Amino acid sequence: MTSLVLLIPIALFMGLIGLIAFFWALRRGQFSDLDGAAARILIEEDEDQP
Amino acid sequence: MTSLAVPGTDAGHTIAGETVHTVLSVPGMHCAGCMAKVERTLGRIEGVATARVNLTARQVAVDHHDTVAVPDLVASLAQAGFEAQPRLDRAEPVSAVRPLMAPLAVAAFACMNVMLLSVSVWSGADGATRTLFHWLSAAIAVPAVVFAGRPFFASAGGALRHGATNMDVPISIGVLLATGLSCYETMTGGKEAWFDGTLMLLLFLLAGRALDAMMRDRARAGVDALLRQAPAGATVVAADGTPAWLPATDLVPGMVIRVAAGERLAADGAIVRGASRFDQSLLTGESAAVRADTGDTVLAGTLNLDNPVDVRVGASGEDTSLAEIARLMASAGQGRSRYVRIADRAARLYAPAVHSLALLAFVGWLIAGAGLYHALVVAIAVLIITCPCALGLAVPVAQVVAAGALLRRGVLVKDGAALERLAGVDHALIDKTGTLTHGCPVPDAACLAALDGTDAAIALSLASHSRHPLSLALTRALAARGVRTVDLTDVTEIAGRGVEARHGALAVSLGRPAGAEGMAAALSITGQPVRIIRFADALRPDWAQALARLAALGVPCAILSGDNRAAVAEAARITGLPARATASPAEKQAAIADLQAAGARVLMVGDGLNDGPALAAADASIAPGTASDVGRQAADLVFTGDSLLALPRAVSVARATMRVVRQNFALAIGYNLLAVPLAMAGLVTPLVAAVAMSLSSLVVIANSLRLARVPR
Repeated sequence: MTSLVLLIPIALFMGLIGLIAFFWALRRGQFSDLDGAAARILIEEDEDQP
Repeated sequence: MTSLAVPGTDAGHTIAGETVHTVLSVPGMHCAGCMAKVERTLGRIEGVATARVNLTARQVAVDHHDTVAVPDLVASLAQAGFEAQPRLDRAEPVSAVRPLMAPLAVAAFACMNVMLLSVSVWSGADGATRTLFHWLSAAIAVPAVVFAGRPFFASAGGALRHGATNMDVPISIGVLLATGLSCYETMTGGKEAWFDGTLMLLLFLLAGRALDAMMRDRARAGVDALLRQAPAGATVVAADGTPAWLPATDLVPGMVIRVAAGERLAADGAIVRGASRFDQSLLTGESAAVRADTGDTVLAGTLNLDNPVDVRVGASGEDTSLAEIARLMASAGQGRSRYVRIADRAARLYAPAVHSLALLAFVGWLIAGAGLYHALVVAIAVLIITCPCALGLAVPVAQVVAAGALLRRGVLVKDGAALERLAGVDHALIDKTGTLTHGCPVPDAACLAALDGTDAAIALSLASHSRHPLSLALTRALAARGVRTVDLTDVTEIAGRGVEARHGALAVSLGRPAGAEGMAAALSITGQPVRIIRFADALRPDWAQALARLAALGVPCAILSGDNRAAVAEAARITGLPARATASPAEKQAAIADLQAAGARVLMVGDGLNDGPALAAADASIAPGTASDVGRQAADLVFTGDSLLALPRAVSVARATMRVVRQNFALAIGYNLLAVPLAMAGLVTPLVAAVAMSLSSLVVIANSLRLARVPR
């Protein structure tokens, strides 16, 4: 029972962090261009730089 | 993320003065290479701060100094090989998914945490621990249900206010009753709380709804990205002769606009200076150019072919022929808005059945001597177990998977209802100009083959100096054959005559042949006979196969065109289809209404402004990606490729989708046949409800995923 007092708040807290992180990402437009995000990883960063 | 440099961002450019934000639509982007090229091209321009591509919307957002003009950005993209156009509406397009993301996230968070607590209750926690867990669950679940359930409550409330019912009514009733009962159980220290099942239900249903919205967003972005054909404005000539460019919305009657050869008119009016020929195919379907002299009326949306003309704007706003077509379309679309989606039709049968079953269980248990509380618990268990979880997923998942598969084959589906309506069609009416044909002139292959190497090169070089539609078509065709340009000197384009130049010692010219019938160009080179290159509006590739497949699907086709009799008769002879010529927009709409009155479900395929009312009136409609704005907006589906095979493919995928949807309904109903007797017998616990709900949803999703493969 005592372990629960500790574990449940930890579980809820961690879940809440995930939820807040998702909302932050949503507001920052991380989900506004899913196709582009998938393609961007393939761009050569220094293709035309000396 | 911050350690990665954003491509195209160049901090080296110092920005002083006003910074402007421009959004360009670049429909040609479709891979990482295109993104990098577009961002780097723009990033290299002096004065551009950032350029960021949004691949989903096929747009690039540019922050630049106000010394950089938007046409410069467009021109540099054109050099890099991308057609671009500034977006007129600066506002971000409204997304259907975004408002659903937050409820979905909250439902997922709450569902996971409550499930965690529920698992311990199921595994035998009791006494004070169970009560504590129930209280914790309630603390998480009640706010989550209120927040995540809003889309359903709002929709159900709207339906009930109009005396109707939809899928959301049984969902809302089930969710609210289950939450209420669980709160009561929690407060009285009862054994079973249903918070987990309630939240899981909301999570699954929101996922289905978000998928549906995602499909609509993606299709709309694709349709928006296609370049507009109608001009967004015109060059206005002031009384003192100074030209100025004005957007179409600012044109008023009395203004004089100058229309160059190869430009589309932005307003109706009368020619005050000059004479030319006009291509009205977008407006009427008529493929032959119409001659207009000084004093003649010309219409917005038509293409000036030969000479620059000055036009006095005659009509604007509500009086133009465009507005008349818009009015026809508005009235034609009403029939389609009466269409009831299959999920809501199912709900009309489903909701009363479920609610009477719950009532029956309640009354039955009361009669059998159970207490009020016990009878209520059983009735609510029936409601929860029959909550249309799989039913809510059955339609959107199947339609989203099918739409995604069609998208990979170049067919954009505007929304799920379009697939439902398309599956039922049994007649197809196809417009000729621009739909059955390319809608633009294509040089005759035999004429091109007759040109030898140097002559072809001279023809290409001459054609590349003109914006005349025939020159553009010739340039495209010759370049596609691998012909290279040669050096020309003294190039002059004489409006209405053609292009003249010198190639070494030879005088060469490409122009209108004297007295030639139809569309043709004459290539003359000193010392050689004049060559005539004929042009025709060729049929789209694969037309024969496409029409045969449509017929095999039980969808007989007919041509419904606004073009002249001779041109339509020619197309009808080649394709072997019944045809009707010289149909006005209203007559096209009437032709569809006649078929519908005879019990047919009509598919309209068309592209022009003149097809708009017909596209809106038909049971389902498809437009090619080259269609006018109006055509693309009015159509349910848009195919981006050249091939007409998109038509039978879309019909067969729509039918396969409806088959899967019906299977999904059967699966969901089968699950209910098993679960409802258990619930009515009072044997369903929260654990059983949670397992049954997840299993039935997974089965429905797995069945829908079979649609991911599309036949060629």
